[in-house]
Amino acid sequence: MQQFLAVAAQATSNSSTAAPPASPLRSRPPRREQPSIVVKEATMADEHQELTKAFSGLGGLGVEETALVSALGRWRKQPEKRSQFRQGFPGFFTPSAAGGGGTIERCSDEYVKHLKTEFSRFKNLMVLWAMHPWERDARWAHRALHKKHHPAAVLVELACTRTADELLGARRAYHALYHRSLEEDVAYRLRDKEGHLLVGLVAAYRYEGPRVSEDLAKEEATALAAAGAKPQSELVVRVLATRSKPQLRATFRMYEKISGKPLEEEFGGEAPCMREAVRCLDSPAKYFADLIVEAFKEGADKQAKAALTRVVVSRSDADMEEIKEAYLKQHGTKLVDTVAKNTHGHYRDALLAMIGK
Amino acid sequence: MATLTVPAGVPPVAEDCEQLRKAFTGWGTNEKLIIDILAHRDAAQRRAIRAAYAETYGEELLRALNDEIHGKFERAVIQWTLDPAERDAVLANEEAKKWHAGGRALVEIACTRTPAQLWAAKQAYHDRFKRSLEEDVAAHVTGEFRKLLVPLISAYRYDGPEVNTSLAHSEAKILQDKIHDKAYGDEEIIRILTTRSKAQLLATFNSYNDQFSHPINKDLKEDPKDEYLATLRAIIRCFTCPDRYFEKIIRLAIGSVGTDENSLTRIITTRAEVDLKLIKEAYQKRNSVPLEKAVSKDTTRDYEDMLLALLGAEY
Repeated sequence: MQQFLAVAAQATSNSSTAAPPASPLRSRPPRREQPSIVVKEATMADEHQELTKAFSGLGGLGVEETALVSALGRWRKQPEKRSQFRQGFPGFFTPSAAGGGGTIERCSDEYVKHLKTEFSRFKNLMVLWAMHPWERDARWAHRALHKKHHPAAVLVELACTRTADELLGARRAYHALYHRSLEEDVAYRLRDKEGHLLVGLVAAYRYEGPRVSEDLAKEEATALAAAGAKPQSELVVRVLATRSKPQLRATFRMYEKISGKPLEEEFGGEAPCMREAVRCLDSPAKYFADLIVEAFKEGADKQAKAALTRVVVSRSDADMEEIKEAYLKQHGTKLVDTVAKNTHGHYRDALLAMIGK
Repeated sequence: MATLTVPAGVPPVAEDCEQLRKAFTGWGTNEKLIIDILAHRDAAQRRAIRAAYAETYGEELLRALNDEIHGKFERAVIQWTLDPAERDAVLANEEAKKWHAGGRALVEIACTRTPAQLWAAKQAYHDRFKRSLEEDVAAHVTGEFRKLLVPLISAYRYDGPEVNTSLAHSEAKILQDKIHDKAYGDEEIIRILTTRSKAQLLATFNSYNDQFSHPINKDLKEDPKDEYLATLRAIIRCFTCPDRYFEKIIRLAIGSVGTDENSLTRIITTRAEVDLKLIKEAYQKRNSVPLEKAVSKDTTRDYEDMLLALLGAEY
C-alpha cells in the first residue's frame, strides 16, 4: 500500500522495496533510464499484488475500498494497465477466446460471487448494526431455520447467550415479522432428534437472579452422571432448558467433579447442538472467541466467515471485553491485531470500531 | 365480560385504607366491610390500595388479611386482592409443587391467558419465587404430564389472526392419525398443541371437524378415567370454548358430594374481571339455575358472601 502511494505522489519513498537506494558512495548520479524502468516494473508487480489484495484475492475479509478507488484514478485512460492486472490475477480471470481472434481474460463466475460477498460484508454489518437487537436476532433465527446450509447452532447461540428478556424480545419481533412464533417454526422444521432440545432452549424464560442452590446442583449433576448424559435423554434437555444460568454453571462444575470430565465432552458429533448449548451456557465469551477463530481459519466456509460480523455486531455492547480476554488467553494474540491483519477496508475499520481498544 | 361491580363514586384510596384498617382493629373483624371494599375494586384500584396501606401503616395489606381472616374466606379474599399476574404465579406454584393428575390451574393459565398475560405471570413468578415457572414444573411434574405441561407453559404463542389453512388441514390429519393409533403422547400432538397460535389451533380443530365429521374431543374419550386424555381435552376446550370449560369446572366443583372450594375460588377470582358473565350465562343455560343460587346453596357465611359479591350480587 505504502509503495505505490509514494510512487503516485512522486514523493521520496522511504519504503524498502520502492527503488534501489541512491547510494551516497556513488560518484555520479544514477542513470535516469534504467533505474526508472526497474522502478516501474517492481512497483507494477507490487501494484498488482496490492490491487489483488484489495479485491480480497489474497485472503482476508472485506475489500480495500480506498486502494480500489485510487487504482481507478491512476489507471484512467490506460486500459493496458488494467489488462496487465487481469493477466496477473490468474485465479479469478481466465483467458478465453473471443470472436475475431483475440483473447479476453474473463471473470470466473466464482470470482463474481466471491466479490459480491466480500463487498457486502461492510453493508451487512452496517444494516445489522442499525437494526433493533430483537429484530436482528429474529432475522438470524428465521434464516437459520429457512435457508439451506445454515446450521442450527445459530439458534443455540441466540437462545443461550441472550438474557431472558432479550430472548423474549426476539421472540416478539419474530411474531411481528413472520406471523408465527419462533418455537412453532423450530418445532415444525427441526423434528429430528435435537428438535426437542432446540424448542426447549428457544422457549425458555429463565430466572435471571444469582440465587444458586449447591444441593440442587449436586443432585442434578449426579442424576446426569447416572443417566449417562446421553444426548436424547429427557433429563438433559429438561435441565438445560429450564434452569437459570448461574445454577447451570454450578451444575456443570459439580458434574466435572463427579465424573472427571466436562459435560460438553459427553456429547459428540451426533449431538452438536447439545454440546454447543453447554458451551454457550457455561462460558459465552469463550464460545464467541472460538467462533472468531473459526472465521479466520484457512478454508472457512461462508457461514463461518459470516459469524465474525454476527459476533462483533451482537456482542459489541454486551460482553466484548470478556470475549477479548478469552481470545487473548486462548490464542496469545490480541483480537484487534488478528482482525486488523486479516480484514480489509471499511469492513476492518467498522469491526475495529466495534471491538474497541 | 366481567361481573365485577365498582361503585360509580369510588372513595379515595386513603379512605379505603382507613376503612380496611378499621375493619381489622378492635374485637373481631368486620368481614362485610372487607368484602364491600375489596370485592368492588378493580385490579388497578386494589394495587393502589395495597401500596397506600403499606405506606400508611407500615404493614402489607395481605399480611393483615392473613392475620385477621381465615380458611376459605381468607383464601378467596387474598387470591382476589392479588394482581392477576401474581395470582397466576401463586396458583401455578401451588399446583406445580403439589402436582396431581387432575390439576387444571396450569392448563388454564397456559391456555386461557393471552401470551402477554402468561408472560406477566412468569415474570411475577421470577420475582416472587426466585425461580422460573418452567423449572419448577419440570422438576415436580412427572411422566407424560411433564412432557405435555412444560412446553405448554413455556410457549409464547403468536397472538395475531394470521392462519395458514393448508397447514391447518395437514395438522388436523396428523392429529387424527396419532389419535387413531392411540399415540396420545406423541410428539406431534404435543408439538401442535403447545406451539401453534390460538387462531391456528382453532382453524385446525375446525378442519378436524370438517374432515372427520366430529369434533376432536370426541376421539379423545376412549377411557373416561384416563387423566392424561382429560387434560388434552381440557386444553382443547380452553382454546375453543373457555366459558363452557369454566362452567363445567364450576359445575363439578359445586357438584353432588362436597364442594371443591379451591377450584370454585380459583375460577371466580380469576374470571370475575374477564368473562364471568359469560360463564354465568353458560351455567344458566346448562343447568337452568342461576349460578348465584347454586353457589349460595353450596357455600356459607363470609365465603359465600365474597363469592356472591364477585358474581355481581347487589350490596
